[in-house]
Amino acid sequence: MVRWNGAWIMAILATVSCGDRASPGRSEAVPAVGDTVAMVDLKVGFVYVGPIGDAGWTFAHDQGRRALETRYRGLKTVYVENVKEGADAERVLTRLAQEGCALVFATSFGYMDAVLATAAKYPRVAFMHATGFKRDANVGTYFGRAYQTIYLAGLAGGALTTSGKIGFVAPVPIPEIIRHINAFTLGAREANPSCTVHVVWTNAWYDPAAEKDAALSLMDTGCDVIMTEGDSPAPLQAAEERGAFAIGYNSDARAFAPTRFITAAVWDWSVLYSRIVDEVLAGIWKAEDYWWGIETGITKLAPWGPAVPETVRQRVGTRQREITDGSFDVFHGPIIRQDGTEAYPAGARATDEELLSMSYFVQGVAGTIPK
Amino acid sequence: MSAAAVILRRACRDLAVIAGAVGTVLLACHVVLGAAGIHGAGACAALFRESLGTRYGFSESVVKATPLMLAGLAVAVAFRMRLWNIGGEGQLYAGALAAAWVALFLPRCGIPRVMLMLPAACAAGAAWALAPGILKASLGVSEILVTLMGNYLAMLLADHLCYGPWKGSTTFGFPMSDRFPADADLPTYAGTRVHGGLAIALIGAVLLWALLWRTRWGFQVRVAGSNARAAEYAGYRIRRDVVVVMLISGALAGLAGGVEMAGVLHRLQPRFSPGYGYTAILVAWLARLHPLAIPPVALFLGMLLTGGEQLQVSAGVPSSLVDILQGLILFLALAAEAFLRRRHGEARHPELSGSPAVEGSGD
Repeated sequence: MVRWNGAWIMAILATVSCGDRASPGRSEAVPAVGDTVAMVDLKVGFVYVGPIGDAGWTFAHDQGRRALETRYRGLKTVYVENVKEGADAERVLTRLAQEGCALVFATSFGYMDAVLATAAKYPRVAFMHATGFKRDANVGTYFGRAYQTIYLAGLAGGALTTSGKIGFVAPVPIPEIIRHINAFTLGAREANPSCTVHVVWTNAWYDPAAEKDAALSLMDTGCDVIMTEGDSPAPLQAAEERGAFAIGYNSDARAFAPTRFITAAVWDWSVLYSRIVDEVLAGIWKAEDYWWGIETGITKLAPWGPAVPETVRQRVGTRQREITDGSFDVFHGPIIRQDGTEAYPAGARATDEELLSMSYFVQGVAGTIPK
Repeated sequence: MSAAAVILRRACRDLAVIAGAVGTVLLACHVVLGAAGIHGAGACAALFRESLGTRYGFSESVVKATPLMLAGLAVAVAFRMRLWNIGGEGQLYAGALAAAWVALFLPRCGIPRVMLMLPAACAAGAAWALAPGILKASLGVSEILVTLMGNYLAMLLADHLCYGPWKGSTTFGFPMSDRFPADADLPTYAGTRVHGGLAIALIGAVLLWALLWRTRWGFQVRVAGSNARAAEYAGYRIRRDVVVVMLISGALAGLAGGVEMAGVLHRLQPRFSPGYGYTAILVAWLARLHPLAIPPVALFLGMLLTGGEQLQVSAGVPSSLVDILQGLILFLALAAEAFLRRRHGEARHPELSGSPAVEGSGD
């Protein structure tokens, strides 16, 4: 925290004090990632649920970590991979605090209890828990509105399916994934109102074999577009082998489906991580919920694959601009649930609380949520 | 040559083998880590420095070792009788489910819930092992396959309960039970996460040793494990013993799940076990299936596993390299153990003949 450039502190104070909500307004300037800033003295810890080479969720977070090291001279990062969401997590978090980390990112939902327990022991350390919902004096939560990007990917997928059946490889039936499946389906059915989205659960965040099997079984039932939210690119590979279109998640893993890749809803955690580091350095970090949208760049579409026609690119591009400038909301009525009842009448919009606890499928999804 | 000289020479040989194994481990660390551009010997020392040198690190190794001890005992008692119960993981989950059920759904009844959770965990683990035991005893069905399948069944049942009927009311639809009430917690030791399960595991080790080496029934089990035909010839009721041993094994593994629930996690989460039931097989073999050797061996593994995390934190070693190192260390430990056993086996026969008292001292 020493040798911190005074002008920067003023700039950040000005930026942050604009609103009490942690999410930046559309007009606020987030410092561009890549600009190296003044010398800092800060150690940041990361706990990952998978290996950094998973080409997915953990890989994306690790890219964010690397961006911090590039951007801040003197900033050190420490990470631990493959940390199970059980009794081990609290020990790893404690070690990171003991190691002198002033800021720790816990990047999987199942670390929740461990984060809260460790944070109580180390009140001077700032903890940020991804995808969680419990906060404390020094525990904030963060995530991005990937549903916006996934809706756009669904728009492209719906336009490209000829069989009218799209397969969705889904990891774990929690509100986050259900929200994403619904957003994807709303997009797909906007492009092709008769298409259906078929869901197979793998019940694991990272299981390349199960993810591939799920993709293969979906293609066996006639799906010609495969969307995956698993942490591995195995479903993309499977789709390429069988000649189905593929949509990815987390990172731009087009290399695994060079000819059949449509796009991917990718994360750029560096924008959020830089912002939080800035706040911690300036001493103004607060334990809040950060749920950033497409306008911040935290979630975005990967560049189009070669097989995506120009008309589709333009259609999606238009919607993307509308979401970015706030004139279009993915979850706006009328939205009909899978069972035929109305979730939102025309003109109504889902609130953040409703989105965060979403536990039903919308019309057009073929599949069930385990009960 | 006098007996003392024989013992001395053997001790020297053993020490040489152990020193050789440790040296090979250090060399292997140096080569593996050196290839990744990390200072090998220093990082290897860091693996154990934290877990041996600090109170917190040591306490965490004990926390990690506690379920390994109980599950290791479970494996050892079955393997003693050459019953290949590799379903420790499933029995552990069954025990955890039963403990969670008691904690979540049993109404208050005067005594702390934790006092009922642990017996329930034992019973559920035993029940999970009962079917493989009966199938083995009555039809000769391979217990390897049946216990292995039991693992998937129990894990998927836990998934189902977490995602479905037991999903908490305060978890926003996320797959986990609510936190257990406070009277479902095992006491912890002085500001650490070390909990009452440790005492239970240590007592369990002594009881199991007494059962196997101090009772007639234990003798029968060990005879049946060494030579089933001889045991049958001696008129032992092997079929019955198969079922009983499986029940004891399952109960111990179930208890491992129960203490993990009541001692550490305090709520049911899907896939909460990082493979304790499988690591326990390694613990049991390294301990030569001897109950009293299992706690120290489990502690060694606990240190190795928690030290691996520390290696990532302090030395920046990638987790895959940590896994390779841990594998190498275990491989060399097993090799040294096998080497020592063979040497002793050669030397033992003349001394052992006509000295049945040695039998009482264990393996």
